Amino acid sequence: MIITRAQRVGLSVYAGLVLLVFYFPIFCLAAASFSKKRYFSFPYPWADVTTRWYVEAASSAQVAQFVGVSLRIAALTTILSLLIGFFASLAYARYAWRGRRTFQRLVLLPLFFPQSVLGLALLMWFNFLGVKPSWWTAVIAHTVWIAPIATLIMSIRAYGLDPSLEEAARDMGASRWQILRWITIPLMAPGIVSAACFSILLSWGNFALSLFTTGADSSLPEWLYARMTSGYQPIIPAVGTLSVAAAIVVVLAGAAVLGIRRRFAARRLAAAV
Amino acid sequence: MSEAPASAFASPPHARVLLRDASGGVRVVWIEPAIEAVRQQSAFGEISSRAFGMASSFPFLALMLAGFVVPLLCVCAFSLMPPRTFSLAQIPTLANYRIIFEQGYLLSLSKSVALALATVGILLVVCYPLAFALAKVFRSGAALVTYAIASSLFVSENIRLFGWVIGLMKGGVLAGISRQLGLEVESWLYNVPVIIFGMVYVYLPFMLFPLALGLQMVPEQVREAAFDLGASRWQVFRMIDVPLSMPGIVIGSVLVFVLSLGAIAEAKILGGQKVVTIAAEIETAFTFGQNWPLGSALATMLIGITAVLVFALLRKIDFERFLGRRLEAEP
Repeated sequence: MIITRAQRVGLSVYAGLVLLVFYFPIFCLAAASFSKKRYFSFPYPWADVTTRWYVEAASSAQVAQFVGVSLRIAALTTILSLLIGFFASLAYARYAWRGRRTFQRLVLLPLFFPQSVLGLALLMWFNFLGVKPSWWTAVIAHTVWIAPIATLIMSIRAYGLDPSLEEAARDMGASRWQILRWITIPLMAPGIVSAACFSILLSWGNFALSLFTTGADSSLPEWLYARMTSGYQPIIPAVGTLSVAAAIVVVLAGAAVLGIRRRFAARRLAAAV
Repeated sequence: MSEAPASAFASPPHARVLLRDASGGVRVVWIEPAIEAVRQQSAFGEISSRAFGMASSFPFLALMLAGFVVPLLCVCAFSLMPPRTFSLAQIPTLANYRIIFEQGYLLSLSKSVALALATVGILLVVCYPLAFALAKVFRSGAALVTYAIASSLFVSENIRLFGWVIGLMKGGVLAGISRQLGLEVESWLYNVPVIIFGMVYVYLPFMLFPLALGLQMVPEQVREAAFDLGASRWQVFRMIDVPLSMPGIVIGSVLVFVLSLGAIAEAKILGGQKVVTIAAEIETAFTFGQNWPLGSALATMLIGITAVLVFALLRKIDFERFLGRRLEAEP
């Protein structure tokens, strides 16, 4: 299609504006976290720049406890979502079986559902079963929402698997387990890494599900929310900014793992040729 | 071996040995049982991989049954219990639904629906040009914008909303910037437009990406043909782009509608309780109100609306084709 230079520039400017608005709150958060004053006012002089709230956040036993809860939930959710999602993605994209279409739709169902209602439903279900809500009931809630996402991400990779590789292995007498161990899992590895990153990050940042299902244990987003609704305190933007920084570290680590893997694969290929 | 069919490598080892040993004439005789063996083996392989595919779905199905389907049924069952009770072992009643109709809860529901509809409408207008640019105009820039917007999903939504509070509050970042420009602005917070803005902000990715995928499904040749036949931009938009990208438009709209109907943080953090949404009513019924059956009845209504919309969507739209397109585009 004929797109004039002016239109291209216009759309680029628009995209830039949307991104600017998108990252504006993160900027505000960071700006507020370095202000010395208890009552934030922008702009503030250089003399008022301080890292005091970060020191306070880092030395707070309370913050450490909430970070611990969030990390435990994220770690266990990720392991469960990867295990369940890996096989689900094979069922979703790799093998033809009778109920596959219905299964594919079922995978999407929890994503099209308000999380607050899901969290509440789980709370009532745990209550009915006589289970006391704690951090590990939150793991179940997170997994119900995150396993479908992990499944979809790994399915993108599973669609691209070459079936003849598994068939060749089977014809040479490999067992199901050997095929899985030596063919399927290595080929799925990039998808598994991306799904792991998504699972950690989405669990780390989740609020709506945690709100209802953590019981007495509070996750970091929950604690921040409780503080936010009770008025402004300078430690909130500091902890919030640290939480954003942690997410950035995970994204970069994931990208690095994928990049290193790709480079190794390229080198091995070059050596083989 | 050069004239062997593509699947010949799957033939059993003894057949391959015979092929190698035998002379040309003999090979023809031996190849028939070999092909038969291949056929049997591949038929066997089909069945076993079919069974394996089905078995692979079991853990996920178990999770969905125990963590999604049954809990939702549990809410529906609880909504039929007498008000202010905490067990399911009672005589079912419709009392909670009567309370909903009589005590103004329908007003909260209609307010939430109105907020959600406004969010969907605004997002369609805001996201369409950007989705068009991502799908049809930008090249390497498209990936950059996509990553930048997708990454925001990793930051807890209440942290991002709190960033807006700092931006919009009295003495906040925007007020400071506008003061530098000679404008005196009080706080922007705690009104209905800012709640809608918050929802537009939080749910933008859920509209943008389906729209962009939908627009990728519109074949470029069709658009070019229309232009060649003298169609105006508006005609191409109305008669080609919109109808052909309809799956994306519908998926994005339903997703945003459903998610913002259940939104809880926007109205509380940005709106300062100016509007009590249905999700907030549900939370109150469960926490302060200690009235689980009433909260369940309200939640059941949300579940009902969501279920009707989502099942209609799943029935109408071929998701494999929709997602498959993207798979082709990303090697």
